[in-house]
Amino acid sequence: MTILETTGLTITLDGQALVRDVSFGLAARDRVGLIGESGSGKSLTALALLGLLPPGMRTSGRILIDGEDLLGAPDRQWRRVRGRTVSIVFQEPLTALDPLMPVGRQIAGPLRLHQGLNRSDAERRAIDWCGRVHLPDPARLARALPHELSGGQRQRVALAMALACRPRLLIADEPTTALDVTVQAQILTLLDELIEETGVGLLFISHDLPVVAGLARRLLVMRTGRLVESGPVDDVLRRPHSGYARQLVASAARVTRLARPSVRREDR
Amino acid sequence: MSTPLVEAVETIAAPDTPARPRRGWRSPSFVLGAAMLLAVLALALVSLVWSPYGLDHTDPAARLADPSARHWAGTDRLGRDQFTQLMLGARTAVGIGLASVAVAFIIGVPLGLLAATAGRFLENTVVGVIDIVIAFPTLLLAMLLVTVYGASTAVAISAIGIGVSAEVARLTRISASRVFTQDYVLAARTCGTGPLMILVRHVLANIWHTLLVQATLAFGVAVIAEASLSYLGLGTPPPAPSWGRMLQEAQSTVSVAPWNVLLPGLAVAVTVVGVNLLGDGLREVLDPQLRQERQAAHR
Amino acid sequence: MLSYLIRRVAWLVGSLFVAGSAVFFLLRVLPGDPAVTLLAVGSSPDQIDAIRHQLGTDRPVLAQYGHWLGDLVTGNLGDSLFTQMPVLDQIAGRLPVTVPLALSAFVLSIVVAVPIGVFAAVRRRGLLGVAVSTLAQVGIAVPIFWVGIVVVWLVAVQWRALPPGGFPRTGWQDPQAALQSLVLPVATLTIAQGAVLVRYVRSATLDVLSQEYVRTARSLGYSLPRALWRHGPRSGAATVVQILGILLASSLLGTVVIESVFALPGLGSLLLTSVKARDLPIVQGTVFLMTATVLVVGLAVDVVQRLVDPRLRGSA
Repeated sequence: MTILETTGLTITLDGQALVRDVSFGLAARDRVGLIGESGSGKSLTALALLGLLPPGMRTSGRILIDGEDLLGAPDRQWRRVRGRTVSIVFQEPLTALDPLMPVGRQIAGPLRLHQGLNRSDAERRAIDWCGRVHLPDPARLARALPHELSGGQRQRVALAMALACRPRLLIADEPTTALDVTVQAQILTLLDELIEETGVGLLFISHDLPVVAGLARRLLVMRTGRLVESGPVDDVLRRPHSGYARQLVASAARVTRLARPSVRREDR
Repeated sequence: MSTPLVEAVETIAAPDTPARPRRGWRSPSFVLGAAMLLAVLALALVSLVWSPYGLDHTDPAARLADPSARHWAGTDRLGRDQFTQLMLGARTAVGIGLASVAVAFIIGVPLGLLAATAGRFLENTVVGVIDIVIAFPTLLLAMLLVTVYGASTAVAISAIGIGVSAEVARLTRISASRVFTQDYVLAARTCGTGPLMILVRHVLANIWHTLLVQATLAFGVAVIAEASLSYLGLGTPPPAPSWGRMLQEAQSTVSVAPWNVLLPGLAVAVTVVGVNLLGDGLREVLDPQLRQERQAAHR
Repeated sequence: MLSYLIRRVAWLVGSLFVAGSAVFFLLRVLPGDPAVTLLAVGSSPDQIDAIRHQLGTDRPVLAQYGHWLGDLVTGNLGDSLFTQMPVLDQIAGRLPVTVPLALSAFVLSIVVAVPIGVFAAVRRRGLLGVAVSTLAQVGIAVPIFWVGIVVVWLVAVQWRALPPGGFPRTGWQDPQAALQSLVLPVATLTIAQGAVLVRYVRSATLDVLSQEYVRTARSLGYSLPRALWRHGPRSGAATVVQILGILLASSLLGTVVIESVFALPGLGSLLLTSVKARDLPIVQGTVFLMTATVLVVGLAVDVVQRLVDPRLRGSA
């Protein structure tokens, strides 16, 4: 069943198109990778899918979430969807978390907001979630502030926050780019595990082809605001149509030959 | 803060990144601010060669007159032409404002640089002194000086200048220290560039625009401070006209001649708003970081 | 925290000492003989000597300084040159006017300006938001005494609702009259301080709004106002405390001008008349006390900031 579908999405700033005519759909349990170099408009697309573009940017096209066109809808309508149907994890967990609020309370927030839990119930659930994202000693870490955690632990918290209200679709916007390579691998494993466990659909955004290819089943390739290629991961990797995708695959192959990362999971 | 204790004003005009990127000198706040300030400067400059009446000319037949063709801004209770007074008051305000800012920078910038370049102990000492001077408001300093020397233009300039210099020194130290921690300074040092060269080529080159913006804002602070001191009778003594003293003299006749109160107040407001807008505009135009963000937003 | 507190208090005592000494030396050591400036031109040498003796300026400066310091430690700020009354008593007599004036303007400006500032930030693109910021900008640019004169003109003279100035001779024995005479001064000071505070709060709020964690909150389904409510107080607190410190200090100092506009017998007018009369001990004592208050407020600000921002607690 399709959860989210966008057709002809175009984002402009001061009359200049930053994203042009992007169309794709995401269904339950889908695992889609969106790849492109920085500035290609992939993060803007992600923000647009949640109605969170910075003010001043204009959008046109359609964004259907559960069959309802939300593009240009008032914030009130978007709020019913955000965190409940679609969630997002951002790139930099340090700034994405409130530096002054214990992480447990930050995870508990959406639970209280959407599920009407009282404070103690919500915080208990938040501690559960700290365990599910494999934070050591959840009850203690839930009381910690973001700066007291490591980068990887912070991103685990951000994942717990995004998944707390059981959304059906998770957008992960370069969630591992700010992390060390070893930590990156751990977070990818966790993400994989959580997706299997909760059945959440995934839109994984990255500039790193090996990372995306390891997690996604379908690939979307963006360049200068346009979708230049889409298809199953294997097809794109073996028979890239666009010149840009060919370059991507070639350079990724070169890097992989140089140093085989253990990140990829080949057993799927 | 519309008191002479306005040390804080500089920090208020926090970088309000404009909602939408504006292109350089055409930023509306810059244009509007410059226009307002030019009007005041024009009044001050013209007063050097011409004013409608002489300074001590009184028109006993037309006391507390409303604005008219003969007296553009009306007259006060002695029958003095208020437009003449406003013009000469602009001269006082601009003169004392500029002089105070000069004093503030001559004291503040070297002090701030010293604190930023010197060792830890000296830095702490200078920072301590700056803190105390900041805690020691311009108004109180002026009062101390007036107690010893009596009210005079020099006292007003010294008091305002010293008061503002603390803020200048603080800002200089912070901006300069920030530059000192940058990699390119380290790189220059590794290449054997001397400290003076680093100071000029890297530090000053990177903080002058911050200081220039600070100077415009400090000018506004100085103008309000000058008006306040004159209002309290601690500023430039008569007969030199001042907006502050005009207000003090007009206070008792406000019900008969509200113009006499409204216009000098407006003059101060136009000057200060103009200067603040100009500062905001300059910040937009000059700050390389803001410029970068603007370009980033455009990508 | 305790060691920080001890260090900070030691720093305060040091600052007080430096500030006090600065006041002392500014009044004594700079060229110019206070005794000569005190008297009319043409006074006889005997008169000058008498004043010098009264001031103590006939003794070496360092001896004077030691004497003054000793007195200061025991809480003696000397006597007025003219009334011969202890400076401390004179100051204490003025506090019933100045303290209520400064404190109520401080509290009122917070109550009024914080919501307005937040509103101006949230609606910064809206017509009303722009209007509020513009008004605040103008409010900062006009002198406080001008606001006072206009308020008196509009409310007291035109409308005749409240006294235009002065304070009942009997002081707070007639609470109604005392309160009435403070309404306009407090309103004026509130307007002036409020304008500053609106600007501060607005830019602090904009700062919070631009934070990524606000975007995170919104991505989880919070509305903008609720996200601001969830994250604003914590992250804005440290800045706001600092602003409030400045505000409290400037409320106190603003009374000097306000009391002059409204002819109120407070600390500020005591200082002003003493400056004009060159009553050295009173000027010295009052300036020292005001500076001390500002420094103490600064200390309180630093301590509270540490309490509200856990990130600062670990550092020195």
